[in-house]
Amino acid sequence: MANVLLKGIKKSYGAVEVIKGVDIEIQDGEFVVFVGPSGCGKSTLLRMIAGLEDITGGTLEIGGRVVNEVPASERQIAMVFQSYAIFPHMTVRENVAFGLTIAGASKAEKAEKVAEAARVLQMENLLDRRPSQLSGGQRQRVAIGRAIVRQPEVFLFDEPLSNLDASLRLDMRMEIGKLHKSLDATMVYVTHDQVEAMTLADKIVVLKDGYVQQMGAPMDLYHRPENLFVAGFIGAPSMNFIDVDILSRNGDTARVSSDIVAEFSVPVWRDGIGSSGKATLGIRPQDLHPVDTGGVLEGTVTLAERLGTETVVDVALKNGTRVLASLAEDRVFEPGEAIQLGFNPERAHLFAPASQEEKLVAQTAA
Amino acid sequence: MASKLTRANRAGWLMAGPGVLLMATFIILPFFLAFAFSLTNQRLASPNPTEYVGFSNYSDLLGLAVFRLEPERDDAGEVLRDDDGVIEYPRLRNFTRNNDAYPHLDGKREWFSWQSGENRMVVLASDVVFIRALLNTFLFVIVVAPLQAACALGLALLINQKLRGISFYRAVYFMPVVVSIVVVSLLWKFIYSPGDGLLNNVLGFLTFGLFQPHDWLGDPGTALGSIMAMSIWQGVGFHMVIWLSGLQTISPTLYEAAEIEGASKRQTFRYVTWPGLRNTAVLILIVITMQAFALFAQVDVMTGGGPLDSTQVLVFQAVERGYGRQDISGGSAISVILFVVVLCISLIQRYLTREKT
Repeated sequence: MANVLLKGIKKSYGAVEVIKGVDIEIQDGEFVVFVGPSGCGKSTLLRMIAGLEDITGGTLEIGGRVVNEVPASERQIAMVFQSYAIFPHMTVRENVAFGLTIAGASKAEKAEKVAEAARVLQMENLLDRRPSQLSGGQRQRVAIGRAIVRQPEVFLFDEPLSNLDASLRLDMRMEIGKLHKSLDATMVYVTHDQVEAMTLADKIVVLKDGYVQQMGAPMDLYHRPENLFVAGFIGAPSMNFIDVDILSRNGDTARVSSDIVAEFSVPVWRDGIGSSGKATLGIRPQDLHPVDTGGVLEGTVTLAERLGTETVVDVALKNGTRVLASLAEDRVFEPGEAIQLGFNPERAHLFAPASQEEKLVAQTAA
Repeated sequence: MASKLTRANRAGWLMAGPGVLLMATFIILPFFLAFAFSLTNQRLASPNPTEYVGFSNYSDLLGLAVFRLEPERDDAGEVLRDDDGVIEYPRLRNFTRNNDAYPHLDGKREWFSWQSGENRMVVLASDVVFIRALLNTFLFVIVVAPLQAACALGLALLINQKLRGISFYRAVYFMPVVVSIVVVSLLWKFIYSPGDGLLNNVLGFLTFGLFQPHDWLGDPGTALGSIMAMSIWQGVGFHMVIWLSGLQTISPTLYEAAEIEGASKRQTFRYVTWPGLRNTAVLILIVITMQAFALFAQVDVMTGGGPLDSTQVLVFQAVERGYGRQDISGGSAISVILFVVVLCISLIQRYLTREKT
């Protein structure tokens, strides 16, 4: 097993820079997930680690060795693709053994390693089938089997569950989690699905526009998002944002208010917050709850989604701002009903206004 | 279903009508007429009424016989030899012309023969030129189909790259396909011309004058080969494009997976590219085979079947017989034989290249 070190990694296609300087340290045996919206560069970054894309700038180390110029096959990595990339004309057995066939391994060695991988992935009964006879989940299992057989230092997953349906995705997600524990291997996993990121990762790297927005344990990102983007990206439903004015600042708290929010104090620990001016208040839908009187936010219900375990209420505030409240109970709301919402100020987040955010990220990266 | 097809799609049928009519008139009707004519003595223009003759057109074309020619002997039973000691045989035509004792040899001519002890074994054919044409056609197909397919695949692999100006090369290789085959044949006739043709000149230049100019199309040993080379050159671009379309259906991630597994270029071709081209390969083989069997224009323009029948081929024979000699029934019979041959070969190819499960 090996660690992976990205130092000032950059990638340009002609004049277009897609990765603008990324530093990530991946520990030996760590499960790291790259998340971000499409076009954020997460897949490109993974493909650079794999050796499928050239590195424009910076250095990439795997197991302490600089591998910028090392071909993909010699980087001790294995990759699982979103489209599975299993060879349609080969049986499962031949697919799993492909790397060994290429390397000219003996029949006995192939049989042994394939059997081992099939046992780990519980697909012994599939070995003689062809890919066309397999379901999506089974195909992805074959692709993972082919990766396991290589006994790589680092496993790379490029959105492996995106082509699966929801229930299968849950199963495979758990499988991959188990696999990580049993193999104790370094894994780098790319997804746009924050649930996959939250459940699988030891460390999440949130990417946007070619920059790392924040890097840390899933719960750190959830509880202490460093910027608006991370706050909005992690957690479902997304965090609510309300524009507020800062009235005063006293150490690590600030008093804020707006035309729809009564004055109250919030904790402050982020950069870019002064003692006056505009700011953005963030409240997770789970932290909002309806109150009978004295609520901080007032509005009307426009839509309520009852999921059984929770109820998601879409509320239009007086100035037109929309917020979501997620209640951990099944409750009936009528559209048009007036509602007051309260929250614990301790759990609210205060961000520099959106316009300043972009600049901050660029500065941190530079 | 039938009612739906006829009623609900009236407009559709109306629109398809002209096309269907044209195809029926010029493709489907002649196809069946060829079968019918091949069983008669129909001529292009003749005052005599057409008569049903059964399969005699076919037996006139395909009739073969083996005949043992015994040496001439003197009264003592000794084999006669000429002054050089060569065994003397009776003249073959004594048996094949109006000899009632040998009705099955009537009208046949010697195709080839070999010595068997004192006797000479002679293979006779009703129509030596047709047999020659049949064999030349098979030879043409056997050489051209694999070579053209392989060259086209090679070109397609070269051209399937992201390079600047690659479309220029694509256009260049495809160009001969667009030019009329008659024009191409005329051009190549000049290239092959015996005195100062381009090919002779180039070969002479490359060998510093050591190469003696050759009459490529006038030598029975090189005429068919010359037509093969030119035909491969002319058709390779078309099949290159089909290979190219096959290549581009192979998912790039399969190549990436192979790259990560450390596959060399050859291994990638063997394990990823070639299996991915299976269906394309079947298509190309069948198309090339059918095109090769249909060889006509090159022969017609460049050699007219000569020299010494060395470039006789089936379609040329069919046309030459049907229109040249006004023997429509004979030409039809050749067409039907060609159809049966091509059908059989296509079926065999499909069977051999079928999806194995």
